[in-house]
Amino acid sequence: MNITEKILARAAGKTSLSPDDVVFVNVDKVMVHDVSGPGVIAVFEKLKKKGMKIEKLWDASKVWVAEDHFVPSPDKVSAQNIVLLSDFTKQFGISKHFKYGMGQYGICHTLSHEEAMVLPGEVYVGGDSHTNTTGALGAFAAGLGHTDVAYVLLNGKIWFKVPETLYFKLNGKLPNHVMAKDFILKIIGDIGTDGAAYKTMQFGGNGILEMSVEERLTLTNMTTEAGAKSGIIEPDQKTRDYLAARGATKYDEIHGDANSEYEKIYEYDASELEPIVAKPFSPENIAEARDLSTTSLDKAYIGSCTGAKYEDLQAVARILKGRQVKIRTEILPAAISIFRKAMDEGLVKIFMDAGAVVGPPTCGACCGAHMGVLAKDEVCISTTNRNFPGRMGHVESKTYLASPLVVAASAVTGKITDPRDLK
Amino acid sequence: MKGDVIKYQRDNIDTDVIIPGPYLKIHDYNELAKHAMEGLDKDFHSKVKEGDFILAGRNFGCGSSREHAPIALAYSGIKAVLALSFARIFYRNAVDGAFLLPIEIDENTYNNISDKDSLEIDTEKNEIKNLTKNQTYKMKPFSDLIGKIIAAGGLFNYKP
Repeated sequence: MNITEKILARAAGKTSLSPDDVVFVNVDKVMVHDVSGPGVIAVFEKLKKKGMKIEKLWDASKVWVAEDHFVPSPDKVSAQNIVLLSDFTKQFGISKHFKYGMGQYGICHTLSHEEAMVLPGEVYVGGDSHTNTTGALGAFAAGLGHTDVAYVLLNGKIWFKVPETLYFKLNGKLPNHVMAKDFILKIIGDIGTDGAAYKTMQFGGNGILEMSVEERLTLTNMTTEAGAKSGIIEPDQKTRDYLAARGATKYDEIHGDANSEYEKIYEYDASELEPIVAKPFSPENIAEARDLSTTSLDKAYIGSCTGAKYEDLQAVARILKGRQVKIRTEILPAAISIFRKAMDEGLVKIFMDAGAVVGPPTCGACCGAHMGVLAKDEVCISTTNRNFPGRMGHVESKTYLASPLVVAASAVTGKITDPRDLK
Repeated sequence: MKGDVIKYQRDNIDTDVIIPGPYLKIHDYNELAKHAMEGLDKDFHSKVKEGDFILAGRNFGCGSSREHAPIALAYSGIKAVLALSFARIFYRNAVDGAFLLPIEIDENTYNNISDKDSLEIDTEKNEIKNLTKNQTYKMKPFSDLIGKIIAAGGLFNYKP
């Protein structure tokens, strides 16, 4: 069995599982945020009206809560949802609730690794499609809707069809001008937005071993954009060191067997990868950044679970140091811990000296909700994950997806720019 | 189950166009319905009727996990979405929450059904009758578990 099959088999209490088996698995961790949380609350209310008694959750210690989509509250409805969420965690005794304005908080997927909320070998589900992100730590991580999450909160288990696994092997270390974001955009361009539908995307090879944990998280994060159920990377010493630095040392790693089976193996040579941009209106609509060098931009956005981790900000700072932005540039670290480190290490000063605005963690403009949304006909280059029509604002705005290096280089020139071509 | 078709001849109809991001803060299902398909078809709300079906291409419902998507469609009156394929979270949200039926069809069926055609869907026989064109098509049967969850009326009513 491969790593995904072994994790699901353990969680289902089976000795063996194969793709297409349908099983109920025991869940180790579950997350809701300020969109899926109120959704869960609405499901509970509906169930109570039908006569179900809901007095406690299956295990409140395995539940954690993030406030990320509509924070800081842009309006009354959003503010009310935050109150609702706070009442909910109080009522059910959920102690791990990351509240904005009260120390550490941030985008749920970023907290999942920054705070080591999820550990190798675990089954982790969350009320958000980018829950896949956390699979980079060697866990089975998949997104669910709020009815399913409500079911997990009450029963501690959920059904899954065991996925086929597509294996992406990276040979060699990525060149300095290429980031994990370029690699995953290249893959999505190759296999399409449903190229991994219902499947797991596993990443391996010596290029992945060379890659930092934060970069690996960018890969698994955007498996969602290929339609995948989950993304996963086998844990190694880098994973252990990353988790140990966050206080997590006790867990049961699961590794694939030597004869692990995969539906298909794709191989990529790192030295052949180029800075990639996904053009509107799909993450699969890719081109090399250099081929788009005449595309004029109105705005650069550096944020989200995909592109505002500490190393993403470091990449942006490498470009912006000593330079000025030519277009509106917004930088929103994905968690307070990252914001603080960026401040302590001088990154925030570099950003502000360059003329960019630095804001608090939020999913805000990434999902077109608030704080930096796009106007009609505005053109944005972004470190985020989706560029569907209207995704970041007006349905006639345009978003180009790119790596933090490309977005920062483009912010300096006002046109889509390969970082190698920056003077 | 009888209804009329609203056809969108396109693949990858994503959750951002089914119910745009700014409405995710709303949990009043009837209010969500007013904004269904707003990112793709501004006239959807005025033309949709109780019992209608949506017909679309590949990968319907791709993108986010927002259950608001099947909810907004269901509370607009949509009873089933017929598509060449579905994104996984939309599919399980539609079934587990008992909002609407996600029905997989083949290319031929997709091409033969036109906008505004009247259909009768029989999920026991896995048959779709086109009452307008007097044709009959096969739908892909639901898998064992999905069929049982649908029959139970959603995941909470299903006893494993």
